[in-house]
Amino acid sequence: MKILIVDDFSTMRRIIKNLLRDLGFSNTQEADDGLTGLPMLQSGSFDFLITDWNMPGMTGIDLLKAVRADERLRDLPILMVTAEAKRDQIIEAAQAGVNGYVVKPFTAAVLKEKIDKVFERVDAS
Amino acid sequence: MLDVDEAKEPSELISSLQESAEKLVAKLDQGDYAGASSVIEEIKQQRDSGIYREVGRLTRGLHDAINNFHIDVENYGAGDKQDSEMVNARDRLDYVITMTQEAADKTMDMVEDGIPMATNLSQEAAILQKDWGRLIRREMDPSEFRELYKRIDVFLSQANTSADSLNEKFNNILMAQGYQDLTGQVIKKVISLVQEVEERLVELVRVAGEVEEITGIVRSTDKKEDDSKNEKNNEAEGPQINAESRTDVVSGQDDVDDLLSSLGF
Repeated sequence: MKILIVDDFSTMRRIIKNLLRDLGFSNTQEADDGLTGLPMLQSGSFDFLITDWNMPGMTGIDLLKAVRADERLRDLPILMVTAEAKRDQIIEAAQAGVNGYVVKPFTAAVLKEKIDKVFERVDAS
Repeated sequence: MLDVDEAKEPSELISSLQESAEKLVAKLDQGDYAGASSVIEEIKQQRDSGIYREVGRLTRGLHDAINNFHIDVENYGAGDKQDSEMVNARDRLDYVITMTQEAADKTMDMVEDGIPMATNLSQEAAILQKDWGRLIRREMDPSEFRELYKRIDVFLSQANTSADSLNEKFNNILMAQGYQDLTGQVIKKVISLVQEVEERLVELVRVAGEVEEITGIVRSTDKKEDDSKNEKNNEAEGPQINAESRTDVVSGQDDVDDLLSSLGF
């Protein structure tokens, strides 16, 4: 399982990376916004994307839309982990095809639950 | 043209305008058109003098307000940070980011170093406990016992150094939290600057409003600004500081889950 973590704060990337390692996912890579993340997704065989929303360059919602618009990436499971908490934003992300949405600050248990749920649904479909 | 300093106070201006207006009506009633137009001229001058005076006051107010913003306009962006509290505030906030980043990195370094140590200790202890149980139940032959004897010795010294090392890491983690005090002080200073700037801005808007009133300028842009604000609804806002007081914002993960499940997730 190869996972890409996209967040502009290295601290948050590190926290997510450590939590993922605890959950048994140690094959992770990092990008600091959509502009660097998208080419990595396009050239590497990632199985899962975890992205923040608010980032300079290319935001997480734009990255989400770009992934869904890409022929080869459109089925990539995406979990959004963000401080953005407006209802309209969550609806927008849902409509753009996000697979899960976690608001910061979050706990290890919530992250695990959401990741499990994303894969449950991906496996079921 | 009247000198600015000779101009009257706004209330005096209004009462003298009233006076002149009454005079004008009286002249018109008498059919004295030459007299009436000289009164109109008088009114015009009174009004102009009021405007001159207000413009003078505004200029002074503007000058004070700009001075109070602590922005050195002449040297703005020239790299001379000495005279600008605004540039200084930016530096202070940058410092906060650096401090919090360093503290977070330091803490995570310590935790990442400590976790394998603790894991290793607990694994070793579990294995030794199993063998120790066999020894108690007298299931162990002498050669195994000799080996266990050595392993326990190694484990105890390993436990000792690991505990010391973990202790040191905990202390470092504790010390790293010192950023809260330092950044707190810096942020408080920036807050008081922002507050000051806000007060100056309000004062500036008030002065500008008075001039608009006296010169009869009508603003038509207000509504447009509101419209453009509404369009940017879903722009990223970062963490919500007052989520409880807003209805368009979720209050936590449970709310997010409820919303998503209502959308069929």
